[in-house]
Amino acid sequence: MNPIFKSHEKDFMRIEADQVCVDYNGTVALYDASLNLKAGSICGLVGMNGAGKSTFFKALMGFVRPSRGKIRINGINVNQAQKEQSVAYVPQNEGIDYSFPVSVWDVVMMGRYGAMNIFRIPRESDRRAVVHALERVDLLDLRERPIGSLSGGQRKRAFLARAIAQRASVLLLDEPFSGVDVPTEKLMAELFLQFRQEGHTILISTHDLNHVRDFCDFVVLINKTVLAYGETSEVFTSENLNKTFGGIPPNPLSGPTSSKDFINE
Amino acid sequence: MSEFLISITPIDWLLDPLTHDFMRRALMVSALVGGVCGLLSCYMTLKGWALMGDAVSHAVMPGVVVAYALGLPFSLGAFVFGVGSVALIGFVKQKSRIKEDTVIGLVFTGFFALGLVLVSKIKSNIDLMQILFGSPLGISRSDVNQTLIISFIVISILLIFRKDLMLYCFDAKHARSIGINTGILHYLLLTLLSLSAVVGLQTVGIILVVAMLITPGATAYLLTDRFDQMTLLAVISSSFSSILGVYISYWSDIETGGSIVLVQTLIFLIAFLFAPRYGIFKNQTFINNN
Repeated sequence: MNPIFKSHEKDFMRIEADQVCVDYNGTVALYDASLNLKAGSICGLVGMNGAGKSTFFKALMGFVRPSRGKIRINGINVNQAQKEQSVAYVPQNEGIDYSFPVSVWDVVMMGRYGAMNIFRIPRESDRRAVVHALERVDLLDLRERPIGSLSGGQRKRAFLARAIAQRASVLLLDEPFSGVDVPTEKLMAELFLQFRQEGHTILISTHDLNHVRDFCDFVVLINKTVLAYGETSEVFTSENLNKTFGGIPPNPLSGPTSSKDFINE
Repeated sequence: MSEFLISITPIDWLLDPLTHDFMRRALMVSALVGGVCGLLSCYMTLKGWALMGDAVSHAVMPGVVVAYALGLPFSLGAFVFGVGSVALIGFVKQKSRIKEDTVIGLVFTGFFALGLVLVSKIKSNIDLMQILFGSPLGISRSDVNQTLIISFIVISILLIFRKDLMLYCFDAKHARSIGINTGILHYLLLTLLSLSAVVGLQTVGIILVVAMLITPGATAYLLTDRFDQMTLLAVISSSFSSILGVYISYWSDIETGGSIVLVQTLIFLIAFLFAPRYGIFKNQTFINNN
């Protein structure tokens, strides 16, 4: 187990990945990836496209079965954790059909489905959870609007609200800051810090090194395997980032524009 | 005929066909089938399965022929071949490098051709035209019973799993992440598709059944941003088209399947042109006020 975590009764491990390997038809996508995240932490998952970030996410959500290694969420296996509504996934905007005929309210209510009976009839407690989640992302006024009529940032907040409504202890966010406006970015950053305080564990897959620096307690640098992992201040060195991005000097610590330019090139 | 048409009142136009046993049956079956297919069409259009609907509805052809030849309920044969075609499409796609739409086209034309060959080879009292184009006016009592049972099954399943299937169409990843078995939903939806194709071919026949499985959904999709409203509108427009189509067919002596689908297409055209929010001539004030 990683030395940065001291075990005492309250901070048990939310996410434990132990030497996880994933391969698709013989092609190795991820090998020997280990990670331990305690309750109440924010971790950035940083790597290039194709470095295995989404594979790692898929493994954590049980979408792909590791060919080797073990993953535990809150001490139980991933499928059980899903059934207990412990893991919430906030997708990238691009993966969703925004012309689908559902309202913001409907989308957030989907976060409650797992806790409902087979007919998925909302109870009063489900409605309260949805209202509460919408309030936290500041979308309550827009709850009747079709999801497609929202701006990029509002859409992101709607899906974040769905994860909040699910009341999961582990949040997996895929590129949460891509294509969002400044108010949404601020709101999300504040929310993440609140989640941490409430004991949630957040894993953020991102390209954006500045966000990682700003509020991730931990960072995982990944390129087919975990290259470096630990507290952000220790791991986030130019040397480690060079390794992550294949020797191209990203110069991540010199300000927002340079690192974004690097990522987008 | 045309003089006769002019001389009758609208009330007669509506009531006269009801004096015939076969017409009452045809209208009831058509309305029911329209409702079932209309309900499912919402999922087909939202999931992007129009081509799959086309495939399954054509692929049931040999099943119908074999079932008739063996004296089995035709729906059983159709269902087996419908599900079989879906399984085969999945298998070929997985085991080869061919793209999915090509595989779908390949499998369903193959099955359809097999059906045609079987009809010409198996000597029986199968009426090819009836299979291809449907004949709700000539539907037998046992066929009515089959249709009732299958419709009941499809509607029940769709009502029970309404929200899960909606979520599956909208965001399958989320469905999986909250512990819903999306694999089962996938095959459930395909099974419902096969069953609906089976009842749909009763009224409009194999060739046009795909219209029943997509047009009402497409029409409703242009009219609303609410899933529940969309299903309701699709069911209403589909049942209405079926009933009106049968009436027109009765009075004008035209082919029933074509008449039903043509009414559906006209309703779609009206929505396409005049839908308040998404039509070509959309209502600007409506959009501004909402």
